[in-house]
Amino acid sequence: MLRLIGLSKTYKTGDTALSDVSIDVARGQLVGLIGPSGAGESTLIRCINRLVEPSAGQVMLGDTDLAQLGTADLRRQRRRIGMIFQEYALVERLTVMENVLSGRLGYVPFWRSWLRRYPPADIRRAYELLDRVGLMQHADKRADALSGGQRQRVGIARALAQEPELLLVDEPTASLDPKTSRQIMRLLTEICEERNLPAIVNIHDVPLAQQFMQRIIGLRAGRVVFDGPPAELTETALTTIYGAEDWNAMRQGDEEQAEAQADAKRRLEQVPA
Amino acid sequence: MTDLSHHSQVWTYRTPRKRLFIWLGWLALVALFVWCWQIMTETTIWMFVTDAPRQAADMGGRMLPPRWAYLPELMQPLWDTINIATLGTIGGVIMAVPVAFLAARNTSPSVTFLRPVALFIIVASRSINSLIWALLLVAIIGPGLLAGIIAIALRSIGFVGKLLYEAIEETDKRQIEAITATGASQAQILSYGIVPQIMPAFWGISVFRWDINIRESAILGLVGAGGIGLKLNASLAVLAWNQVAVILLLILGTVIVSEWVSAKVRHAII
Amino acid sequence: MSTAYPDTWHRPPQIIPNRRWRIAIQTGIVIYLILAISTIEVNWSRVYEGLERGQRFVMGFLQPDFTSRWKDISQGLIESLTMTLTSTVVGVAISVPIGIGAARNLVPRPVYMICRSIIAVSRSLQEIIVAIFLVAMFGFGPFAGFLTLSFATIGFIAKLLADDIEEIDATQAEAIRATGASWLQLVDYAVKPQIMPRLIGLSLYRLDINFRESAVIGIVGAGGIGATLNTAIDRYEYDSAGAILLIVIVIVMVAEYSSSYLRKFLQ
Repeated sequence: MLRLIGLSKTYKTGDTALSDVSIDVARGQLVGLIGPSGAGESTLIRCINRLVEPSAGQVMLGDTDLAQLGTADLRRQRRRIGMIFQEYALVERLTVMENVLSGRLGYVPFWRSWLRRYPPADIRRAYELLDRVGLMQHADKRADALSGGQRQRVGIARALAQEPELLLVDEPTASLDPKTSRQIMRLLTEICEERNLPAIVNIHDVPLAQQFMQRIIGLRAGRVVFDGPPAELTETALTTIYGAEDWNAMRQGDEEQAEAQADAKRRLEQVPA
Repeated sequence: MTDLSHHSQVWTYRTPRKRLFIWLGWLALVALFVWCWQIMTETTIWMFVTDAPRQAADMGGRMLPPRWAYLPELMQPLWDTINIATLGTIGGVIMAVPVAFLAARNTSPSVTFLRPVALFIIVASRSINSLIWALLLVAIIGPGLLAGIIAIALRSIGFVGKLLYEAIEETDKRQIEAITATGASQAQILSYGIVPQIMPAFWGISVFRWDINIRESAILGLVGAGGIGLKLNASLAVLAWNQVAVILLLILGTVIVSEWVSAKVRHAII
Repeated sequence: MSTAYPDTWHRPPQIIPNRRWRIAIQTGIVIYLILAISTIEVNWSRVYEGLERGQRFVMGFLQPDFTSRWKDISQGLIESLTMTLTSTVVGVAISVPIGIGAARNLVPRPVYMICRSIIAVSRSLQEIIVAIFLVAMFGFGPFAGFLTLSFATIGFIAKLLADDIEEIDATQAEAIRATGASWLQLVDYAVKPQIMPRLIGLSLYRLDINFRESAVIGIVGAGGIGATLNTAIDRYEYDSAGAILLIVIVIVMVAEYSSSYLRKFLQ
């Protein structure tokens, strides 16, 4: 389905974010990208739909090489790729419905989008998606009136409105609390399963990645250093990805957080209702 | 000379160098001030200056009591003044929007060529006061409301354009990125990614400029561009100071009301 | 299944939710615009005649004539520049005590009221109108212009200064006050360090504004480049007028760039 061949990116500043990354993603496969921050996961995702221009390599979506396309063709191909963002990236001052309909922008002429006169089928579909992510009553609210978890659901609906063949997901849970994070991940995996959609998920939370992903790719300094099912993600593998000290520090941090949460829960339970 | 530098070295040793610089800066400012003052007052006739308090008292005496009977005659010019300000603001804003999009680094189609042109339009419009624009326009198209409206519009381009292009440059990049990722065209990215983000700034700036334009349009009549300034000019010409007093109070009242309206509207938007 | 969902959607109105109010306000705006536009009387033949003059002005702007009136231009420019500098210095010097006096957290109530009313008077009077009065009192020439700009500077700087002082960190002031410092010491140690950079920035900004204004008040006789410009336009010497305007634009640009550079340098 998606095939990256020798993808590299060097920024103008001389920083190499990706070097020679080659990955195959099959239909319906959920791929988690992990790595220390700055290892190039975000750049990798953005090179696929060319929000960041790759310096070298091919991005094969089906039979088309996205890296070679001109502006108009690129726009047509971008419709096939839905993207979900860290911190939602909704247009805050537009309504939820407009945000979902903005997923159709690549399909409708300018005048329709300007006058908000979308084809009936698009609107029906937008309602259907809002219903699917559980936000049917919020269609007319402004996006900035929603909570974090709700906004990310709108983000998902917007990506699905494109009727994509591939989902790119950039740290979907970075600004959410642990409980909401799990709900969002569950929703994402369910939706991908329903539609047999492949997805590449850039995710910082290793346990979350292990729980929900079918395949995990570890990046370190722009190179693939691990590629396999979550079960193979052993202590040694994690040390290669994160480096010994960082990994231990991270795990310790997680443990402390878990303890603190458990502690807070205990206290809350003690408070008389 | 060597002696002096020796001394200054000892002195800098005791106090930070920075303090010396600041001290020299103050000295330079005072010297510059004295020098400018002398050049400026070369032609001043000091007899007039010393005579000023008497002149002021005389003028004050002529202004009081204000000639309130003049007020009804001022209503039509006041209406004109408000129209000059409002229509001028609308015209200015309409012209400023494309200039702002050309001037903003993230929306300009050509950063090397069109952006400097847009920035020059903004600076030119900002540096020339609406009264000067009016002076020119009255000479070109003749006295009247139209000259005033165009003068106000031309002056507003720079103000609105500058603030608007800064707002465009401050938009949230992630929202624009998200719209780009859907496969939207350039026009759609503008209308969905950028326009909603700058709307509050746009209305705020426009109303703010309208408020300023009310003040400015009140005096455009001095050079013949219509409005209440015409009456002011006429009253000044015949030294009818008691009418001048009525006009000034009326302008003051209008300015206060417009400021109140503009503050209310901006508050409601933000 | 999919037929269960509606296939139309209208964007709910964002600012005025009530439909009646919305329609009323929209018609009101339309009626106002029609009335306002109908008050413009345009003498088209006059405009047509003027087009030729407009063209000459544009040509004058593109081919400015600096030389033939250079004596007047340089004289006006010197007046404007000296007027700008002296009025900014004097204006700022007067603004500081008034600004401190208009800060609610530093002075007793009566002083606050007096200083705030001085600011209000200075802000609500247009420079041009002030200039008309001062010219009538002090005679034609740059001295009246100097007074006008100083007066306008007071309203601008003192207001912003007072607002800044009212927002300063109260804990610092309290700490100093707790040491038993006198009022002057309080101002010197707690207020001055916090507002000094801002005051310098504002003064530079005002310098820029004063220069622009100095180009205007000459029209009513208060000296400076505005008087020269007025004469040039009265004489239909558009090439000289174009030269003057270009000089003003260039000086404003230079002032703007250097003041933003200076402000960065000082911070």
